[in-house]
Amino acid sequence: MMKVELNVNGKPVTADVPENTLLVHLLREHLRLTGTHVGCDTAQCGACTVIANGRSIKSCNVLAAQMQGAQITTIEGVAAADGTPHPLQAAFNDCHGLQCGYCTPGMVMSAIDLLAHNKNASQAEIREQLEGNFCRCTGYQNIVKAVQQAQKTMTA
Amino acid sequence: MGVNDFAKLPHIGESLKRKEDGRFLTGAGQYTDDIRQADQKYAAFVRSPHAHAVIKHVDTSQAAAMPGVMRVFTGADMQGKMGGLPCGWLISNPDGSPMKEPPHPILAHTKVRHVGDQVALVVADTPEQAKNAAEAVQVDYDVLAPVIDMRRASQGPALHEEAPDNHCYTWTLGDKAAVDAAFATAAHVTQLDITNNRLIPNAIEPRAVNAAYHRASDEYVIHVANQNPHVERLLMTAFVLQLPEHKVRVIAPDVGGGFGSKIFLYAEDVALTWAARQLGCAIKWTAERSESFVSDAHGRDHITHAEMAMDKDGKFLAMRVHTHANMGAYLSTFSTCVPTILYGTLLAGQYATPQIYVEVDAWFTSTAPVDAYRGAGRPEATYVVERLVTRAAWEMGLAQDEIRKRNFVTQFPYQTPVALQYDTGDYHACMNQAQQLADVAGYQARKQTSQAKGLKRGIGYSSYIEACGLAPSNIAGALGARAGLFECGEVRVHPTGSVTVFTGSHSHGQGHETTFAQVVAARLGIDPSQVDVVHGDTGRVPFGMGTYGSRSLAVGGAAIMKALDKIEAKAKKIAAHLMEASDADIEFSGGQFKVKGTDKTIPFAQVALTAYVPHNYPLDTLEPGLNETAFYDPTNFTYPAGTYICEVEIDPATGVVRVDRFTAVDDFGVIINPMIVEGQVHGGVAQGMGQALMEHGVYDVESGQLLTGSYMDYAMPRAADFPEFTLGHVCTPCTHNPIGSKGCGEAGAIGSPPAVINAVLDALKELGVKDLDMPATPARVWHTIQTAKV
Repeated sequence: MMKVELNVNGKPVTADVPENTLLVHLLREHLRLTGTHVGCDTAQCGACTVIANGRSIKSCNVLAAQMQGAQITTIEGVAAADGTPHPLQAAFNDCHGLQCGYCTPGMVMSAIDLLAHNKNASQAEIREQLEGNFCRCTGYQNIVKAVQQAQKTMTA
Repeated sequence: MGVNDFAKLPHIGESLKRKEDGRFLTGAGQYTDDIRQADQKYAAFVRSPHAHAVIKHVDTSQAAAMPGVMRVFTGADMQGKMGGLPCGWLISNPDGSPMKEPPHPILAHTKVRHVGDQVALVVADTPEQAKNAAEAVQVDYDVLAPVIDMRRASQGPALHEEAPDNHCYTWTLGDKAAVDAAFATAAHVTQLDITNNRLIPNAIEPRAVNAAYHRASDEYVIHVANQNPHVERLLMTAFVLQLPEHKVRVIAPDVGGGFGSKIFLYAEDVALTWAARQLGCAIKWTAERSESFVSDAHGRDHITHAEMAMDKDGKFLAMRVHTHANMGAYLSTFSTCVPTILYGTLLAGQYATPQIYVEVDAWFTSTAPVDAYRGAGRPEATYVVERLVTRAAWEMGLAQDEIRKRNFVTQFPYQTPVALQYDTGDYHACMNQAQQLADVAGYQARKQTSQAKGLKRGIGYSSYIEACGLAPSNIAGALGARAGLFECGEVRVHPTGSVTVFTGSHSHGQGHETTFAQVVAARLGIDPSQVDVVHGDTGRVPFGMGTYGSRSLAVGGAAIMKALDKIEAKAKKIAAHLMEASDADIEFSGGQFKVKGTDKTIPFAQVALTAYVPHNYPLDTLEPGLNETAFYDPTNFTYPAGTYICEVEIDPATGVVRVDRFTAVDDFGVIINPMIVEGQVHGGVAQGMGQALMEHGVYDVESGQLLTGSYMDYAMPRAADFPEFTLGHVCTPCTHNPIGSKGCGEAGAIGSPPAVINAVLDALKELGVKDLDMPATPARVWHTIQTAKV
């Protein structure tokens, strides 16, 4: 067992976990933040995407131990403190950018990173930069539309 | 209320934002793996590494002694204590004899029959302990040769004693003599050999089960990622575990996509339920993606020879089809009806072909079971018909649209030669709108632009039809179904006038919580925010057949409409009493009850309150309360149809196919929420394009190993693989259900594959390419071009 200290959604967290615990399992099983999902075992589907120290990562692909001292944001932590949805959350709802909802948290986290680093991304760039996230329901069309809408509201 | 009046109500046709999004966008969704029970234990399965082998011995001693392990169960532990997994549809051979129906054991006992077949179950305190112990289970196998290629299955070793030649059934439909006679007089016959590639469904949420046994009440509570919890319960209790149905509650909570793969009763669900009783605890299993690949039911996998006989003008005279269908190692729940009832009956397509004959041979192979996957039989039929029609056009020197227009059915109702009766449609309207939206007029100019860049551009058509809303129970029963196919809905009006709807349909992405709320709000004249929809729980919903076959609105919605009729009828009596009028004089619209010809009105909420506070109430003739349940059994299938046009640009140097334009015009009848319907089409088209261009489940013929067993080997479509789709709608309301809707969930996956492949073939025609099987990967396209050159 080892002690991991990190910050999750703005709150300091200390957890005693086995050394081989993945970040996603720390989030889901120890902190019960079950909005971060697991959809594969080869770090391809992106359902487990979270923001770590300002960049999106696949939380199934890092050990909790590697995140010592990190600032982690999960889907549970992206809305404003008063509950106002993040512009991407609002846009996904407005544009019907989700159906079953399973890939959605990872997709939103990837899109947050995308717009943070390329706020004027073209449609082609949005499509390319979401390549790490699978969605089986939407055909991606309304996800792209949602990112474009959030792009407008976030730069307005 | 007639369909036309219903379609004009407020909220019908409104793109209301989805009620369910809030929880999904904030991480508050509750999928099966998110649920943790008190005293939660975890399961792992030992799976066969071999495609076909005799189990000589299973040694669990080392695994059982490992830390945290509660028990290790093998097939021997279950022998004689339960039945096998049942098949829900009996198909008969032409001589009337039944299909071969070998046992499908919960844990393999004497033999394994595909890679991933489950051999043992480990239950432990943590998932990791369970997985470690599963690796320590020693299984001694005697490896046998696998049976992979179904065309040679009859020469392979028998997978089941009951089917010595690995043949499951032969099924035929149509008048063979009349078809043969028509072929004899034909001016031209077009022939085609095609493969419909095996697909692996890949809902992003892997299958999961959490089964608990509660000693105090002798009850089971099973959370499971499933599309039809009542069917799961019925099959599990009545056919496998012989448990009292009322002691088992099945909850399908938030479910992360299904696409058919979560319809079926799986062995893992049964094994955990049984083990939970043996150990007196709750046991959870969540598939790893690698397990999903080898143990979820796969889709498609047909090999077909098809022929079309025509007169000199390209009018279809008759069609003749033979199909080999892969069942996999065992018969999954609805596997047998997919390449028969849901396939052969659709071979008329949108065309007035007078005679059709189809023959299907179904085979056992040492591969994962094959069952319904988005479209289920109808994509396979559409692929046959639409590839054949386009090839026929080219052989006859006609344009792709022209041959279709010459043969479209135009008079409704239309009785096909393959059992179905289309109620309504307007195929020319779909074609015309699709051609406009696709800017077919500008195609030649775009082709020249591509040509100038050294690229080959092609255009492909597909005019699909499907049969949805499965189905009239009596007809399904006559065709071999072992279940009814109605739906149930309950409308519970609360004293303050808000409403809870309980539906037997299940939403795993389709947005029923919004669409069904719109239907109820429209009928009762209240705001959709006042209507909540409950689904997916046998403990709360009276009964249900679940969601598959694009049936939720056409059948489940119709059941809710019937319940609303009852609500309205009773509420009118209450209103009549309150306004001292006769029942017959009460009109209801916009949420107000009115005495005809007067200005006397009372609102719906007042009637609701009166029903529960019946002080001034006709208690001698009317029960208090406002809560009605209805069952709706459809009288016919519904027939969504449309035309899809695809334009591709191919780099002949690399074989890369880029879909430049994709236009889909569909006739779904009355649409409640256009935003949701368009989302369904986007997703369906994406899955169909995935099949056409990328996806392929491949087993090694020698070893029987699944070569495409992870996302590194099985090509899943990503955002950059698609263009922006252009959609259009035509509306001919369904004539036999009260909503007028036809179903939209599968259309995209049904209509798109032949449109894409026809476009690819059109582009490559000038290079001498005549044929190409899906998926049109760069390697395959490049190779096809090189071969054609020779």
